[in-house]
Amino acid sequence: MKRFRRHGHESHRDRLKQELFQFSKTVEHGFPHQPSALGYSPSLHLLAIGTRSGAIKLYGAPGVEFMGLHDENAAVTQVHFMPHQVEMVTLLDDNSLHMWTLRAHKGLSELLEIGRFMLTGPPGAPPSVTRVTAVLAHSSGELLLLGTEGGHVFVVEVPGFRELEERNISLDQVSNSVPDDYIGRRNLEHVEALHENPTNPSQVVIGYGRGLMVIWDLEKQCAIQHIPATQQLESVCWTEDGSYILSSHSDGSYCRWRVGGQDETEEEEEEEEKSDIPYGHFPCKAITKIVQLPTTEGPPFLLFSGGMPRASYGDRHCITVIHRKIHVALDFTSRIIDFFVIRDGPEHTGDPSVLLVLVEEELVVVDLQTEGWPVIQTPYLVPLHSSAITCSQHVSAIPLKLWERIIAAGKLQNMHYSDKPWPIIGGKNLAPDPAQRDLLLTGHEDGTVRFWDASGVCLYPLYKLSTAPVFHTDADPNDNMNQSAEGEWPPFRKVGCFDPYSDDPRLGIQKIHLCKYSGYLTVAGTAGQILVLELNDESAEQTVEAKVVDLLQGQEGFRWKGHTQLDVREEPVQFPPGFQPFTLVQCQPPAVVTALSLHSEWKLVAFGTSHGFGLYDYQQKNTVLIKCTLNPSDQLALEGPLSRVKSIKKSLRQSFRRIRRSRVSLRKHHVNNPTKLQEANARLEAELAEMELAPVQRKIEARSSDDSFTGLVRTLYFADTFLSDSSHNTPSLWAGTNGGAVYAYMLRLPTVEHRADEPVTAQPAKEIQLMHRAPVVGVVVLDGHGAPLPEPLEVAHDLARSPDMHGSHNLVVISEEQFKVFTLPKVSSKMKLKLTAVDGSRVRRVGVAWFGSNRTEDYAESALVFLTNQGDVHVVSLPHVKMQVHYPCIRREDVSGIASCVFTKHGQGFYLISPSEFERFSLSTRFLVEPRCLVEAPLHLGSSNQHRAEPDGATSAHRTTQHREDAESAARCVMEHALLNDEQVLQEIQKSLEGDQMSFLENNVKKAVV
Amino acid sequence: MVSSAEPNRTEPSRMSRLPPPQRKTPVRMTETMVEVKSKFEAEYRRFGLKRNGSGGFQEFYRLLQTIHHIHGVDLLLGYADIHGDLLPINNDENFHKAVSSANPLLRIIITKREGEPIVYGTNSLQRRRKGLSLTGLRPTGSGTINSKNKSSLLIGPPQNFRQISSIIDVDILPETHRRVRLHKHGTKKPLGFYIRDGVSVRVTPQGVEKVPGVFISRLVRGGLAESTGLLAVNDEILEVNGIDVAGKSLDQVTDMMVANSHNLIVTVKPANQRNNVVHRGSKNSMGNSGSVDSAGSTGSVLSHDSPSPASQSNPITASSSIAEGDSEDDDDDGDIILENECLTVYNPQTANKRDSVNLNGELSRGGTHPSNMGRPLPQSVSLPGSIGASLGYSAHATSGHNGSLTRTASSSQDSIKEDGTELTL
Repeated sequence: MKRFRRHGHESHRDRLKQELFQFSKTVEHGFPHQPSALGYSPSLHLLAIGTRSGAIKLYGAPGVEFMGLHDENAAVTQVHFMPHQVEMVTLLDDNSLHMWTLRAHKGLSELLEIGRFMLTGPPGAPPSVTRVTAVLAHSSGELLLLGTEGGHVFVVEVPGFRELEERNISLDQVSNSVPDDYIGRRNLEHVEALHENPTNPSQVVIGYGRGLMVIWDLEKQCAIQHIPATQQLESVCWTEDGSYILSSHSDGSYCRWRVGGQDETEEEEEEEEKSDIPYGHFPCKAITKIVQLPTTEGPPFLLFSGGMPRASYGDRHCITVIHRKIHVALDFTSRIIDFFVIRDGPEHTGDPSVLLVLVEEELVVVDLQTEGWPVIQTPYLVPLHSSAITCSQHVSAIPLKLWERIIAAGKLQNMHYSDKPWPIIGGKNLAPDPAQRDLLLTGHEDGTVRFWDASGVCLYPLYKLSTAPVFHTDADPNDNMNQSAEGEWPPFRKVGCFDPYSDDPRLGIQKIHLCKYSGYLTVAGTAGQILVLELNDESAEQTVEAKVVDLLQGQEGFRWKGHTQLDVREEPVQFPPGFQPFTLVQCQPPAVVTALSLHSEWKLVAFGTSHGFGLYDYQQKNTVLIKCTLNPSDQLALEGPLSRVKSIKKSLRQSFRRIRRSRVSLRKHHVNNPTKLQEANARLEAELAEMELAPVQRKIEARSSDDSFTGLVRTLYFADTFLSDSSHNTPSLWAGTNGGAVYAYMLRLPTVEHRADEPVTAQPAKEIQLMHRAPVVGVVVLDGHGAPLPEPLEVAHDLARSPDMHGSHNLVVISEEQFKVFTLPKVSSKMKLKLTAVDGSRVRRVGVAWFGSNRTEDYAESALVFLTNQGDVHVVSLPHVKMQVHYPCIRREDVSGIASCVFTKHGQGFYLISPSEFERFSLSTRFLVEPRCLVEAPLHLGSSNQHRAEPDGATSAHRTTQHREDAESAARCVMEHALLNDEQVLQEIQKSLEGDQMSFLENNVKKAVV
Repeated sequence: MVSSAEPNRTEPSRMSRLPPPQRKTPVRMTETMVEVKSKFEAEYRRFGLKRNGSGGFQEFYRLLQTIHHIHGVDLLLGYADIHGDLLPINNDENFHKAVSSANPLLRIIITKREGEPIVYGTNSLQRRRKGLSLTGLRPTGSGTINSKNKSSLLIGPPQNFRQISSIIDVDILPETHRRVRLHKHGTKKPLGFYIRDGVSVRVTPQGVEKVPGVFISRLVRGGLAESTGLLAVNDEILEVNGIDVAGKSLDQVTDMMVANSHNLIVTVKPANQRNNVVHRGSKNSMGNSGSVDSAGSTGSVLSHDSPSPASQSNPITASSSIAEGDSEDDDDDGDIILENECLTVYNPQTANKRDSVNLNGELSRGGTHPSNMGRPLPQSVSLPGSIGASLGYSAHATSGHNGSLTRTASSSQDSIKEDGTELTL
């Protein structure tokens, strides 16, 4: 590289850059923020989730993921897969309908939007006439029935979205035939539900908000039967055999209605039409959805959501499952969005096997075939934010041994999960197996550290470490989920793991450092606690002693007004297998730990707060060094952390949100008057505009030593380098502060034989005060080759080239404003790269990464990657600190996203796009984790129709052939329609012809193989 | 510029009550003689001086020392000019000016050099007019802007003069723009201005267009920005150190300015376009700003009515000065690097009793002590380049570099090297 530079081959360097760096956002891990709709295709075995921000996400077998985003920034309110097809229809809050498909391209499927549609009413009609409230994707796969707020049902042909006006079912047609004695016939209200007869595709039931249900024959264009329910309707379910309809109502009742009543005797009808309020007597909340599913032997499953007694359990989010004598009210911690049941059998017609519930904050999957209905661990869509994420660390290339031990420890924690394999198995994951095992560690507000398998597309939970047992907390350990007493009514059972309410904000994890070779882990928290933990495969009883370290070092005139330290349990505590704490260092004052570093080879841990930093020898359990970095005039640092305040605010906000949410959930979407909404939006916008008009001014002033928090320790770094002279390298500790100071200490470690008894000493060696006084966010020492020093134990494990100790080392100091290279051992400025002075951005996150060329296997170089406060990621070369590439990555307004960013050693990174989702991005051409998967259309399009139509007997064969013809003509119609009305669709079709042909070919080949 | 006025030195009431001077020099009102009334602390002397050929400044200085019996004291001389301004006498030129302009009385004010520097101001003596009815000193309707100005402009003693600002690149900028360089080094004075978002109107080929811009929203009284008189509220900021700020957020511009604060060059479009710099030779006044920029480096704009001792001009700063890597003001050289093998050693046993850390500003205690540390290693203090620049920034640093390198006397510390120079930040 040097040679190229010397010869001025800039073009060569440019080419090399292209081989090394490329930016892409690859996959979103975790649970979608604010989900608003759920869909499931039994034929594709795919799950779809729509969100309030207009995103649509598809999930199949682990690793099979698709994501799409509607151009409109409107919430997805409904998702419906077209039966037996790869198409999907979404309904948005703005009343637009969208058609999506999975199209194969170069052997991989892509999620594409292929059409959009908005119902147009007759001229002059109020918007409610065409406001869609119910959607039925007809089993023929060619029709969409759209029920509206005005009470009409529009019939639309898909995929071209052609309105079939002659087949529309207008309110007048229906209300004319309503029996005169029906009390609500004057106003049937909106269409609440549309359901198809499972045994006869030409019959649909139209449920009106007022309660009336009408069975309508699509072919004869007439009402067959009226079901005169009088309660406000919430949902409708047609039983599998087509003989009953279940309706649920706003008063918490549900009714069973016999279908085809004309032929039956009066008595029988009386018997069958039973109504029930399951949690009766006192007023109950609405049952929002009801499903009844048969079993091959024995009574059917009945599942419904809601219906709780309003006064006593009105705030619970429950789904009740009733089978035989078993009656359980699954109690969720957040609002239920929707649920469905997966059934056995290739055609999705067997026994119910799994209940899948989408709640606001997580996806809960309940195994209905195993005794006790245990929960199945989800391989994706895991709520990262089950307690708020406070920090994260990424560890690349975990040795197999450690990996297996962590998995083993995690398995013991997951004993309560069902063994049933993951039921959603659609699509094929074609991504190559991950090249290495990567761990992502997330620290949480409740004092837990979660270990995630971040090697592939699925961020899979491996193990959860809780630090709370070390301390006395307010929470009673017995006060957990299993509080329901025997015989309680309703029979609640808590499910799900989303629990954002922290017992004690001081437990929050602030910094994590795992040594992947030794299995030592150190975590530090909000109240100045630093725990050193060791991986142990056996459970053990230990007493954790706290070593108090006074970082103020006798400075007078302090009054710490922040939180107190946590009370340590003095009695021995039983720790389960996994990471077990053996040392606790308690900083005094107990301020948030702001920097942490572990050197497992030297058995030292360094930690820093806003008051100073310390070095602790965890083998001898002895403090080696304490350095106070505090500026005596810095009152803010003395009085206490802001995080505590923030935390209280946060929890308050959360509880208010919870209250509000439960209120919002009372009213359903279509009750909202759209004009009112618009008004509210306009008002909000005006308010926002006003806020923006308020004068904002910024002071322009040079930084001085009197600024607040100059003593805050931002970074700590261990290095074996030349600190005193250029012939002897010694261990050293480096610390950088918020005030632009760097402190270097020379460490003297006893020989291995005397490590346990001779003291470790630290002597101050160097101090650097950067003139620009910007916070020092990183310190890196480069070896004689200009490569960053390897991690501790890396060389010992033969995983890294040993550093070049012959050439002269260099020190790279990364401040928020610039990158500076100094020589070692005599510190003098060598070169630098200014960032802020040139473009006004500041370094927020920085990491050292290794980039391999995608062209040749043997070329790679180290570089610094960093994220600025403007949300851009940059790559800076080492050792010459030259800007290489930069890409916009995060919106600059997304402060929490920028703060959450973490880089991997191989040029990837993660940041939170919502409290519950990590976005993974990659800067490297060689290391890239992205979903690569293929979903094929169901092979036998006609056969399932045949199967379903069997009960109808002889007519079915005729009907299917007719369907075929219809399908062909429909396709023609679509083409014509597209040609005539929508050039865009035409272009889409033309553009994708190639891809279609390919997938078609592939399908044929597969058919042949079968 | 130091702006603290010191009124007590020239308080009229005190003066009038004083006893007459003991040794009067005969006063003859001849045309060739100038009547001199000199004052040192509370004492007055009156004597005559030949108007022509009365020697130079040094001679006059010695004369005053003799007259006041203050040999061996470092003095600063000042005189009241015809406008009532207190102006310094420190060379032959301004001495002759003082003598020649005396009408009829030359009032000399002598102060000791030590302590707080005296402040010279354009109307610092005006308050005396009432008490002593010195109206004669000052012809009415002199027409200077300063005489009507209520706020006094202050002139520092000559040795304190240094460049604090300059207008640069007049030759390459459009006349509507002004590029101002603020020299922060050496002063503790805040830059002292605020910026805000705003809307700027640009004339484009498509017509008038409104674009977001950044403007100066406030000047802090007594701050560097205000004292230059070159920046004003509502001036639009176009560039920071040569980098266009168009499209940058307020926070970005703030960060850019702070990052360049040691040598800040802002290009502004002044809100008041009447005082624009016109290329060379123009005698446009700077309005009431009367900039005290002592080194009007371009030499083009600063027409000062009062005779200013700061008429010397620096070489014109080329436009390249704003380019990156301008070695003169580069902050590389400002980093303070202390290298010592044994600054202070943490000793867990004594840590709690000992004040082991000298934080900012706290001077380390002197004293030597034996040490039995390991191998002797050279220690060094490296402070390359502009010491002056760093002096102003950290008082503790100056204490280190002025040679008063002290050692921390921690008698409990036996681990400090024999010849180790103790430095603490």
